[in-house]
Amino acid sequence: MIEFENVAYSYGGGELLSDISVKLAPGSFHFLTGPSGSGKTTLMKLCYGALLPTAGHVTLFGNDVRSLDRDDIAMVRRRVGVVHQDCQFLNHLSVAENIGLPLTVSGRHAETGGDDLLELLSWVGLSNRADALPPELSGGERQRAALARAVIMSPDVVLADEPTGNVDWEMSQRLLKLLVELNRMGKTVLIATHDLGLIRATKAQVQARVLRIANRRIQLAGADL
Amino acid sequence: MLKTALSALWKGDRQADRVVPPSGFTAQLTLFVAATMAFLAVFALALSLASGRLATIWGQELARTATIRVVAPVDQRAAQTAAALRILETTKGVASARALTDSEQQSLLAPWFGPELAIDALPVPRLIEIIEDKTGMDPEGLRLRLAAEVPGAVLDNHNRWRAPLVKAASRLKLLGWISTLLITATMAAMVTLAANAALSANAQVIAVLRLVGATDGYIAQAFIRRFTLRALTGSAAGMVLGMLAILLLPSTDDAGGFLTGLGFQGWHWLVPLLIPFLAGAVAFAATGAAARRTLKELA
Repeated sequence: MIEFENVAYSYGGGELLSDISVKLAPGSFHFLTGPSGSGKTTLMKLCYGALLPTAGHVTLFGNDVRSLDRDDIAMVRRRVGVVHQDCQFLNHLSVAENIGLPLTVSGRHAETGGDDLLELLSWVGLSNRADALPPELSGGERQRAALARAVIMSPDVVLADEPTGNVDWEMSQRLLKLLVELNRMGKTVLIATHDLGLIRATKAQVQARVLRIANRRIQLAGADL
Repeated sequence: MLKTALSALWKGDRQADRVVPPSGFTAQLTLFVAATMAFLAVFALALSLASGRLATIWGQELARTATIRVVAPVDQRAAQTAAALRILETTKGVASARALTDSEQQSLLAPWFGPELAIDALPVPRLIEIIEDKTGMDPEGLRLRLAAEVPGAVLDNHNRWRAPLVKAASRLKLLGWISTLLITATMAAMVTLAANAALSANAQVIAVLRLVGATDGYIAQAFIRRFTLRALTGSAAGMVLGMLAILLLPSTDDAGGFLTGLGFQGWHWLVPLLIPFLAGAVAFAATGAAARRTLKELA
């Protein structure tokens, strides 16, 4: 699905990531961890074409990311659901419309009227907030709305960057449970987090691998985590 | 590409319109600018078309007339006039020639001397009006013959004062077209500025749309449609107001025709109707270019 081959990325100055080779197989569940500023978000962005590697090759669904034009990247993003730590919405549209936005922009607006959207809203526990505007949501509600928006297109891959960064423990457990459910439905999941407690709690529920960024490189962390 | 963009523009997509937040005040500014520019464009067009018409009239109709003044002592005047008329009868290119009567000359001079003037008592030259046919006459040849046989006759083929008038009118026409071009360019510049402002004001919206898989074309369309429709409606309103203003100009008469001839005649009334479409096309192109430029820089 997503494959990194000797990938390096540098922001002008020195290299932030070097010699990264990793492969996200279909249906796998990965955590990405490491200290703040170690490049977790950068690595996530490389996964959906928001950044291009400065060296090496990133392959998304079988295509080298450098060979994709802007419209191809848009198509990739319809197959990759992304949840950011500070999730952004269209503040003038309701929560339900925001969650249906990926359908709208890909010419499938008619489907937002169907049961799928209602089902998804109840799955993330936002049925009673469907008509609210995004600025009226709490941190946890925003994260769940972002997750619902990320999965409405039934993507092959779900990328979540610190999805539990702004929420309390109980809420982070709920979010994680949703991500685990997605994985059981066959989605590839990659979660960036520095919360080791969360990783431990998850490992009981699903076969998860932990990738740790240290010294600009990726290491497969031991099972003792 | 252009065809699909145009058909999308025509059909519209209510959802695509909704993804970009409504912008109250700047929308009105774009409307206002489009209306103003269309209003000015109506006048620039009227100026071009009217001065073009004037140049044609002066160039063609006046070119086919000439005057002979017979300056002679009163007792010889009639004889010399008759001699000049005889020469004109045999001159190639002259369609008709006739001497003005005393009463005609008196009415010509009346504005200066008053109607009471006894014209017979004065050595007023006799005027002969010549109308040329399509081939035109040779003024130099006629002058030579007149000089030999009618020493008191002076030919004036109006060239002296006609040429600078035609030149001035042609220059006015050029200025009118340049103004129209400048107005179009200004309109494009204003729409580009407004579109750029709207694109940067909506940077976050665009980022969200890109993240959820919207193509550049989809995002650009929402902006293009908005600005094109604004330019179209604004300039249609401005065009109508401009045409009304032209219609309400004081009607022309013979005396004031030079000055108040500004306006449209015949099919020229249809020309301003193109203004809104031109404005719409300008806005369409300007917004499209601005959107492509901005979007290319985003992830």
